[in-house]
Amino acid sequence: MIGRIGSKGISFVSELGELTLFSASSLSSLLKGRHMMEKLVRAIYEIGVRCIPITLIVGLFTGLVLGLQLYYVLTKFSSESLLGQAVALSIIMEIGPVFTAIMIVGQAGSALSAEIGIQRNAEQIDALKTMQIDPLGFLVSPRLYAALICFPILTAFFDIVGILGGHLTGVSMLGVDEGAYWNRIYESVSLRNVRDGFIKSLAFGLITTAICAFQGYFTHTKASVPGARGVSQTTTRAVVLSSIAILSTDYLLTSFLLEK
Amino acid sequence: MKSAYLRIRGLSKRFGDLVVLDAIDLDIPLDSHTTVIGKSGIGKSVLLKCLSGLLTADAGEVSLDGAQGKFPQCSYMFQQNALFDSQTVWENVALPLREKERISKKDLAQRVTALVEQLELENAVDKYPAEISGGMKKRVALARALITNPEIILFDEPTTGLDPERKFAVFDMIRSYRERFGFTVIMVSHDVPEVFGITDQVAWLDAGKIKYWGSPEDLKQSPPSELEGFLNPKLSSQSSAA
Repeated sequence: MIGRIGSKGISFVSELGELTLFSASSLSSLLKGRHMMEKLVRAIYEIGVRCIPITLIVGLFTGLVLGLQLYYVLTKFSSESLLGQAVALSIIMEIGPVFTAIMIVGQAGSALSAEIGIQRNAEQIDALKTMQIDPLGFLVSPRLYAALICFPILTAFFDIVGILGGHLTGVSMLGVDEGAYWNRIYESVSLRNVRDGFIKSLAFGLITTAICAFQGYFTHTKASVPGARGVSQTTTRAVVLSSIAILSTDYLLTSFLLEK
Repeated sequence: MKSAYLRIRGLSKRFGDLVVLDAIDLDIPLDSHTTVIGKSGIGKSVLLKCLSGLLTADAGEVSLDGAQGKFPQCSYMFQQNALFDSQTVWENVALPLREKERISKKDLAQRVTALVEQLELENAVDKYPAEISGGMKKRVALARALITNPEIILFDEPTTGLDPERKFAVFDMIRSYRERFGFTVIMVSHDVPEVFGITDQVAWLDAGKIKYWGSPEDLKQSPPSELEGFLNPKLSSQSSAA
């Protein structure tokens, strides 16, 4: 039993090391490749533009629900005028970065993992190597940089739509004073809160994209079965590990950022 | 003057306890067609992958002998072609040039156009690999391998899964394009004796060692006793058919 836990622990640390090396090599490969701007624009379209609708929809409904839930909590303390502050701070510091990252992983991260996994199985990655083209620079690096650009922008979209959703429930439906809603946000949300949210989204972007690309890239060694089922296995694992990584990194970053 | 050749010395590769290549020594002449034959799963593709750098050998070295200059540029033809299925034929052929060489769009277009015309692919340039036939896919893969003007092309079982007619068509394609473009072929195949019609040398890989090296004519006339078991069923059926 202890031996099994030890061996799992060693394998976890070893995989973490591999992932770190993979991410570092991918990040440094950007300058070595050619036509990187073109690849970056395509990756921004895949990760950023295509995720805008889902981010806006989830952001809106999160704001709507948050407005509803917080209103009923705050009325218990006769503090419904604080609704704007509560919605905005919850979304900007916590829910916005986390939900946006989970949504992008669900849409773009799973697609990235599956695409690279299929390319591995079809020997396309080996083909790149025989052509002396760096596969990390060709396949992974543009996506990592695109994630660093897109995650904060999509988080900002989520934040804005979420706050508007809270306004829709609180002000338009439940009768909270509109001036109080916006004034509380204006007074309580500092630049530091916004910055902390963006720091989280940058971290989530880097970590989740690296995990998804890593799982796809090594699908031939990570999956217990080869072929399509192997790709399905590593894609599922990519999404699950990314979600866990988002929540655990969120806890670490929140502890660190709130202490500062 | 003796022609240049690839000198392979002590090449070894193992996977766990399984020794696949056991200190292989081989001299492969350039400007010729060499075929490595052997049973399925014996390590022929591993040898090719070690030569291409896709796998790192545990020991041994590969060097160029009898010629000046740097190690010749190699291209690799995969069993299943390994074409990028989300890119058109044109983009697949242009890929190595686009990614590796500083070349203007005009020059790139000229080189790709010239090659697709030579390989009779001009009607397929806008199609995706899934939209063309198996034979055309092979030609696209060959075009991609040829676009950088390699001196050596490594073919990994190019006729796997093909019927006899298509098999001969692929062998004929390799022979005719080698004559036209002048590249060296190192091919892995278990299609004996069909492959004897196009190859200059045969190397028989068995139990991790090269157990025979010579011309296909010599092999057919006086096969070593160890090889007879591998060759005879097919040779005898060929002679009875003749």
